[in-house]
Amino acid sequence: MGSLRDTMSTTTAPTLSRPSPPGLGPIAWARTNLFGSWVSTAVSLALLYIVARAVLGFAEWALVGAVWTVPYSATGIAQTAVCQTAHGACWAVIHDKYRLILFGRYPFAEQWRPAIVVLIFIALYTVSAIRWFWRKELALIWVAALTAVGVLMWGGVFGLKPVPNDEWGGLPITLILATFGIAFAFPLAVLVALGRRSTELPAVKTLCVVYVELIRGVPLISVLFMASVMFPLFMPAGVNIDKLLRAQIAIILFAAAYLAEVVRGGLQALPKGQTEAADAMGLSYWQKTSFIILPQALRLVIPPLVNTFIGFFKDTSLVLIIGLFDLLTMGKVALSDPPWQSFSTEVYVVLGLIYIAFCYAMSRYSRGLEQELNASQRR
Amino acid sequence: MRRLIRATTHLACALLGLGAAALSEAQAQGSGSATMDAARARGQLLCGMAGNVPGFSLPDSQGVMRGLDADTCRAVTAAVLGDAAKVKLVPTTTQNRFTALQSGEVDMLSRSTTWTLGREGNLGLMFAWVNYYDGTGFLVKKSAGVKAAKEMDGATICVQPGTSTELAVADFFRLNNIKFTPILIQDLSEIQGAFLSGRCDAYSTDASALATFRFSQGPKAADLILLPDIISKEPLGVMVRKGDDKWFDVVRWTFGAMITAEEKGIDSKNVDTFLTSKDPEIRRLLGLEGDLGKALGLDPKFAYNVIKQVGNLAEVWDRNITPMGVPRGINNLWTKGGLQYAPPMR
Repeated sequence: MGSLRDTMSTTTAPTLSRPSPPGLGPIAWARTNLFGSWVSTAVSLALLYIVARAVLGFAEWALVGAVWTVPYSATGIAQTAVCQTAHGACWAVIHDKYRLILFGRYPFAEQWRPAIVVLIFIALYTVSAIRWFWRKELALIWVAALTAVGVLMWGGVFGLKPVPNDEWGGLPITLILATFGIAFAFPLAVLVALGRRSTELPAVKTLCVVYVELIRGVPLISVLFMASVMFPLFMPAGVNIDKLLRAQIAIILFAAAYLAEVVRGGLQALPKGQTEAADAMGLSYWQKTSFIILPQALRLVIPPLVNTFIGFFKDTSLVLIIGLFDLLTMGKVALSDPPWQSFSTEVYVVLGLIYIAFCYAMSRYSRGLEQELNASQRR
Repeated sequence: MRRLIRATTHLACALLGLGAAALSEAQAQGSGSATMDAARARGQLLCGMAGNVPGFSLPDSQGVMRGLDADTCRAVTAAVLGDAAKVKLVPTTTQNRFTALQSGEVDMLSRSTTWTLGREGNLGLMFAWVNYYDGTGFLVKKSAGVKAAKEMDGATICVQPGTSTELAVADFFRLNNIKFTPILIQDLSEIQGAFLSGRCDAYSTDASALATFRFSQGPKAADLILLPDIISKEPLGVMVRKGDDKWFDVVRWTFGAMITAEEKGIDSKNVDTFLTSKDPEIRRLLGLEGDLGKALGLDPKFAYNVIKQVGNLAEVWDRNITPMGVPRGINNLWTKGGLQYAPPMR
């Protein structure tokens, strides 16, 4: 088989580098791979049965036996007795609470603003993912988008009602913490990684090593605790730095330490000849770094970078312990309401779907990016 | 060391406060309370609450914070700033609540916090009033046939780790020389699920939370029994920083006004009809005569604002706690067999 492919790839056009063997449809594939011997037939049938049972069971729970709405009492309290006796999901909890879960305590009449903010974030991610936009103007787009986010969330200008940030909650908080966190942590991480590799600046190098090791030595929760519980005690009375800002800075510092090590991995994987060649060309340190070293090093570390990004997107849910209400926390708050206390599964399923949507999009995109950037290395 | 610095700071603040009080009498300016002056300058009262405890502070489906603690914040805001809407409700966690108050991030803390000697003695904070008298109770299934806590020898009991409940339950069983097996579960929905599925024979936490949980079970609530034994005292109170006694007075007497209003049958709907009342106590309360407001550094009509905008104690209770299926019990007025008793307002 190997020899056949070798001959084919050398004799035919390079676009046919991976031809599918002739005469193999899905049925034939299943016959060889799933039902090849009696053992694999038995295993396949057992697994198929389990999958079918799970899918049917889920469908019955989520669709057939589900309750979509519940009646309300005259005082506006949900009568969830219908749900208590039903054997399916109670989607009425989502119907009742989705705005609270998505937007938290943001004033009800103004919730179109965080909704637009979420759309801006998604548009920003999409635009940043399209290669055509990879030019200097992208930085301007980011600045414009993040300004728009700030204006919409805070208000107070253009006739928008001011909304203090302790009333923010839900999905916008998650996206703000993750996006600002990664946007500021990444440049910081590159600097720290370069500083740690520096041979000419021992003081900077020591500082970077101490920073990275210190942050990596403690859990994110303790950094957040530090920011929310200890930090205010060190400040003079009456000086209050905003809680959201404190959490955001804590997340940036934490993310930067981890990303710095990822970037350093890329820097170390690069053959020394590249640096020497750049030196021979007479390039300055910054020219060498930004045109020769970083583009190659960062390409090497796309998978761990995205891994860290995804990790931090989910880690933002830890801010619940310092009293910030992100998406997951709002779900829990919604579930504290007595009539709905027993319907946590439904809420967690929906929250899970939202997280999957964002994280899966990230990992799919990184796969595409990796293939595109590594095109030169494919054989 | 930290505490020493803090204590010194408080002392300094208190001395400054005294100085300011002397000044204010001379100049008839300022309230004599640094916290109150700051809140007035800000146009906003910063009030720490939980934000996730049903009945005490929990956003409704439209994101508006509802509950006894949230309304307590609103009542003090109405007294101080004349408008209950000027409150800023700051969510705090069980971990950062005291720091938030100590560091001045909030002006007062109304976060279903138990009033204990240790907390008042150690934290540089003090309790102004109790807005809910709670206690540790037990919820069991009817099928278990248990009628009293002492009958639960050998039972497995679900409790949340690190809570005062855990200690109270252990003390109770040791005192009565009976055995039990604790099952420690942190997450609320998980602990409730464990109890319903029969992993533990009883579920123990504050009686208010047990009653709420039982109520949330809808038609299945009849299968669950809240045992009559309340094995610990959990007075949930409102805290302020030590060293600003004027502020302490304001918070305490806001409750006084709400309780007196309930005693006199004054509520948010009928308060205006009492403006022509002949009863001297009512006239003093509503600021029609006397100078109660001035004594606190408040508007003469502070109690009127509280009653009009937030209501008396019964209204606040009925609005927030009654829908959870919790009877008023010892939280009733002293005249109705409860513990809420306001000293005379004169």
